[in-house]
Amino acid sequence: MDSALVQLKFRDPARAAALEHALVAQAKRIGRAPVSIMHVCGSHEQAIAKFGLRAAFPDELDVVMGPGCPVCVTDVPEVDEAVALALAGVRVATYGDMLRVPGTSRSLADARAAGAKVDVVYGVAQAAELARTLAEPLVFFASGFETTAVATAAVLLADPPPNLSILSAHKYIPPVMEIVAEMPGSKIEGFLAAGHAATITGWGVFERFVARHRVPVVVAGFEPLDILAGLVRLVELIADGDVRVENAYPRCVSRDGNREAQARLWRVFEPQGGRWRGIAHVPNGNLRLRDELAAFDARRRFADEIARGLAQLWDHAPPALVAQCQCGDIMAGIASPHDCALFGRECTPDAPVGACMVSTEGTCRIWHQYGGHPDLRQLRRRAS
Amino acid sequence: MRNARFVEDTITLKYGAGGSAMRALIEQVFAPGFGAVEGGIGLPEMDDGAALPLGDGRFLVITTDSHVVSPPFFPGGDIGRLAVCGTVNDLAMMGATEPLALTCAAILEDGLPRADLERIWASIRRACEEAGTTIVTGDTKVMRHGELDRIAIATTGVAIAPRIVSDRGLRPGDRVIVTGTVGDHGLAILATRGELALQTQLVSDVAPINGLVRAALAAGGDRIVAMKDPTRGGLASALHEMADKSGVGIVLDERAVPVRDEVRAAGELLGIDPLLVANEGKAVIGVRPDAADAVLAALRAHPLGGSAAIVGECIAERAGSVIVETGFGRRLLGEAEGELQPRIC
Repeated sequence: MDSALVQLKFRDPARAAALEHALVAQAKRIGRAPVSIMHVCGSHEQAIAKFGLRAAFPDELDVVMGPGCPVCVTDVPEVDEAVALALAGVRVATYGDMLRVPGTSRSLADARAAGAKVDVVYGVAQAAELARTLAEPLVFFASGFETTAVATAAVLLADPPPNLSILSAHKYIPPVMEIVAEMPGSKIEGFLAAGHAATITGWGVFERFVARHRVPVVVAGFEPLDILAGLVRLVELIADGDVRVENAYPRCVSRDGNREAQARLWRVFEPQGGRWRGIAHVPNGNLRLRDELAAFDARRRFADEIARGLAQLWDHAPPALVAQCQCGDIMAGIASPHDCALFGRECTPDAPVGACMVSTEGTCRIWHQYGGHPDLRQLRRRAS
Repeated sequence: MRNARFVEDTITLKYGAGGSAMRALIEQVFAPGFGAVEGGIGLPEMDDGAALPLGDGRFLVITTDSHVVSPPFFPGGDIGRLAVCGTVNDLAMMGATEPLALTCAAILEDGLPRADLERIWASIRRACEEAGTTIVTGDTKVMRHGELDRIAIATTGVAIAPRIVSDRGLRPGDRVIVTGTVGDHGLAILATRGELALQTQLVSDVAPINGLVRAALAAGGDRIVAMKDPTRGGLASALHEMADKSGVGIVLDERAVPVRDEVRAAGELLGIDPLLVANEGKAVIGVRPDAADAVLAALRAHPLGGSAAIVGECIAERAGSVIVETGFGRRLLGEAEGELQPRIC
């Protein structure tokens, strides 16, 4: 089995131990603390938490998660549009993770409980299949970064059923890295970039970023050894003051990426400025359907229904706890879940206040599940 | 107790998930000032069952369990087998491996096919034979269509035990054994459900394990100091409860925990950790270090214990916590909260 082979090769604890030692040595070379590194991917955080890597990181190193969860950065007005459509009687399909993301006053799950037609699908291809079996229109509420947007584009370019349309909440990662790097108070000295997005964009996409912001970027994969190897290289670059892009995931990522996929992506989508939940207005951060595909753009096709549904939404007051939610600072890498008074108390996976607790890729959800407690480092030293 | 969480005004699904929410409900609603047993084990202990002293040094052990499962027939078993095994195994977890008899109350939905009921009853009889017990009395009710999902079964079991094994006897240094692979039942059920219907080879592990536990007790005697069956909430909840009640930390060696390849694969696909889902034919056994090997050998010699393994060790620090050694680092083991939602995105 393929996955078993991958596991053997990239989950070897002996090699991990060697990399952990190298990481400690490189961090010591920098000679100061803390050194902050940001990754921008929920899959990286999942792996770091699941394999307990934080307990093995050197004390000098602070690895934080940036705005890397597409579900979490889907902005309130985008969720509101989907809820409005559903409340106006239009059938909506989306990913399971998107169901409970809170909008201004309601989530799609709330709309479904109130009788709206909301289907959970694995992806856009399944939504297209579903649309083919239906007489009524189906709107796919699409979230995800360029990796997932490519899949949406492929379906739209392959003779999609006419009753299918897309409500795009797709986001584009490179522009938000600029925002985070320029954020006041940002102490980020290096970025660990997401390997799967880079298979599409290529690692070359980060060259301009590195030149402009003078911080190194290392592209890394998602097995524990990939992450450790990527971090060792990144800390080494920081120690050497060597500002450049490096590819620590060469088995999947090339400099130019997948050009055919990029061509499809830009034939269907165009980048527009828009808000990312909790982060900021991100110039070119949202992927919206081009005019040529207006017939498949739910925003244009159902403008009246969205307006009608939104009017219904404003009748409900937003939940009071939302004001205390720290998801924005957490996604910007300024705060950790433990800084939030709601974390694990009022805000839990079965009653999420903020989006970071909803998605399995959200920082709060991951910390809640795996206990992202850095103080396990002390325990390790005493035991060994 | 570490449950600082407060039970809300409305009972929701999470209070039945076997985790910290359910324990809070029992502590705050059911147990206050009620159900204590002098010289034995009662409601306040929240163990797998109760133990009433008989006055001659022995105990009458009693436990009760109600079962609803969707779907009622699943790969490897059905609700009938589950109802017998749940109760027989809860008795065994108290050290009572010779169940005298069970009772069975069935609530049926108007419209249930007779053939389904007969199939479930045949499976109840077979499970009783395997466990060496029988059903001696019962009760039947029928509810209107739509008021129940086909069938609910409640069973009660009684047994006499010479010595009680609680779930709170762990000390630093003690070893923790699981009697076989974990996650089989929970993932088999999840994989068969509705929208997710995956084509898998997953089979529930539902089985009476009183014979297996008897073999362990024969080998370990009073060096076996704690037992719990990792049903709802899985191995994670069982370990948390044992650590919490015993006042120790448990360090779990994740690589030592036996998990079938197909269970691991389905878990990764659905985004569900096999440590968090139910088992219906397994036990977690806490044993003093000097007896660990003998107990392990006895378990492995039994047909249901072939993949038993020592998976953890108790420490004095971090009382109530379960720390996972991943082989790469360490993390805390979380508990299931509410219904497990398969990851889609």
